[in-house]
Amino acid sequence: MRKIISILLLFILTAGFTLCLLDIPFGEQKTKVGNYYINNGARETGAANIVTSVVVNYRGFDTLGEITILFTAAIGLAAVLGHPKKNKDPQPKEPASLIVYTGYRILFPFMLLFGAYIFIHGHLTPGGGFQGGAVIASAFILMYMSSKDKKINPTAVKIIESLAGLTFVGTAAAALTLGRPFLSNFMPKGEFMTLLSAGIIPVIYIAVGFKVGAEFSGIIHDLTGGN
Amino acid sequence: MTIITILILLMLIAAIAAAVFKDLLNAVIALCIVSLINALLFYFLHAPDVAMAEAAIGAALVTAIFVIVIKKTTRYEE
Repeated sequence: MRKIISILLLFILTAGFTLCLLDIPFGEQKTKVGNYYINNGARETGAANIVTSVVVNYRGFDTLGEITILFTAAIGLAAVLGHPKKNKDPQPKEPASLIVYTGYRILFPFMLLFGAYIFIHGHLTPGGGFQGGAVIASAFILMYMSSKDKKINPTAVKIIESLAGLTFVGTAAAALTLGRPFLSNFMPKGEFMTLLSAGIIPVIYIAVGFKVGAEFSGIIHDLTGGN
Repeated sequence: MTIITILILLMLIAAIAAAVFKDLLNAVIALCIVSLINALLFYFLHAPDVAMAEAAIGAALVTAIFVIVIKKTTRYEE
C-alpha cells in the first residue's frame, strides 16, 4: 500500500513539474530587468563581466548577506567542533601515498595561483570571489589529504577572514562619506576591459575571495579534528 | 545523440548508483561524479562561472566533507 501511494505521488509530482516547465521559454525572451543589465551594465559599472556587475554592484546587498550566511555557518561549526581535544591518544600517523604527496607538492602553488587569478580578474573573466575562494580551499583540502603534519594556522585564518569582511563593509561604507548610498561605485571606473577598472568591484571581489577561501579552509580544519 | 544527452544519461546512472550502493564511500564518489558532470553541463550551456563553482564546491569541498564524516562514523550501510 505504501509503495503504491509513493509511486502515485511520484507520478503526480512529475506531471506537475513537466506542466510547469513546458510553459517557460528558456533563453528566448529576456525579461525587462535582464535586458536593462545587458544593455546598460557595462556602461554603468565599468565591469566587462555582466554577471559580476550584477552580483557585486546591482545586487551587492545580496552578496553581503551571502557572505554573512557563510560566516555564521563557519562560526557554528567552529563552536561545535573547534575545541582541541586534550586527552586524545596520539594516533600513529600513516603517510599518504607517494602519488598523492607528489601531486600535492606540484599542484598546490598552481591551485593557489589559479584561485587568486579567478578572483582578481572577477570583473573581466567568468568567475569571481566565491569561485576563486572555493578553488583555494580545495588546494588546502589537497594539503590535508596528502600529509598529516601540515596544518593551516587557525589564528591567521580568523585574522584574514575578519580583515576581508571589514574591507567589504568598509569599502561599501566609504561611499557614505562622499554623500552617496551604501555600496555605490564611488571610485573611478578606469579604462574598460583593463585590470584596474570598474571602481570598487575588484576591491570587493578580492575581499570576498579571501573571505570565502579562509572560511572553507577553516571548516575543513575544524572537521579534520582541529589542533 | 548530442554530447549533452550522453552526459545527462551518465549523470542519471551515477545518481542511481549513489542511491543504490551500500558502501557509503562508493556512494560519495558517485555523487562527486554527478557534480562533475553537472559542472560540464553548465559549461556546455554557456555558464562557465556556475560551472567553476559547481566543480570546486560540489565535486571537491562537499566530497571532502562527506569523506571526513564517513571516516569518523561508519562506512557501510546496514
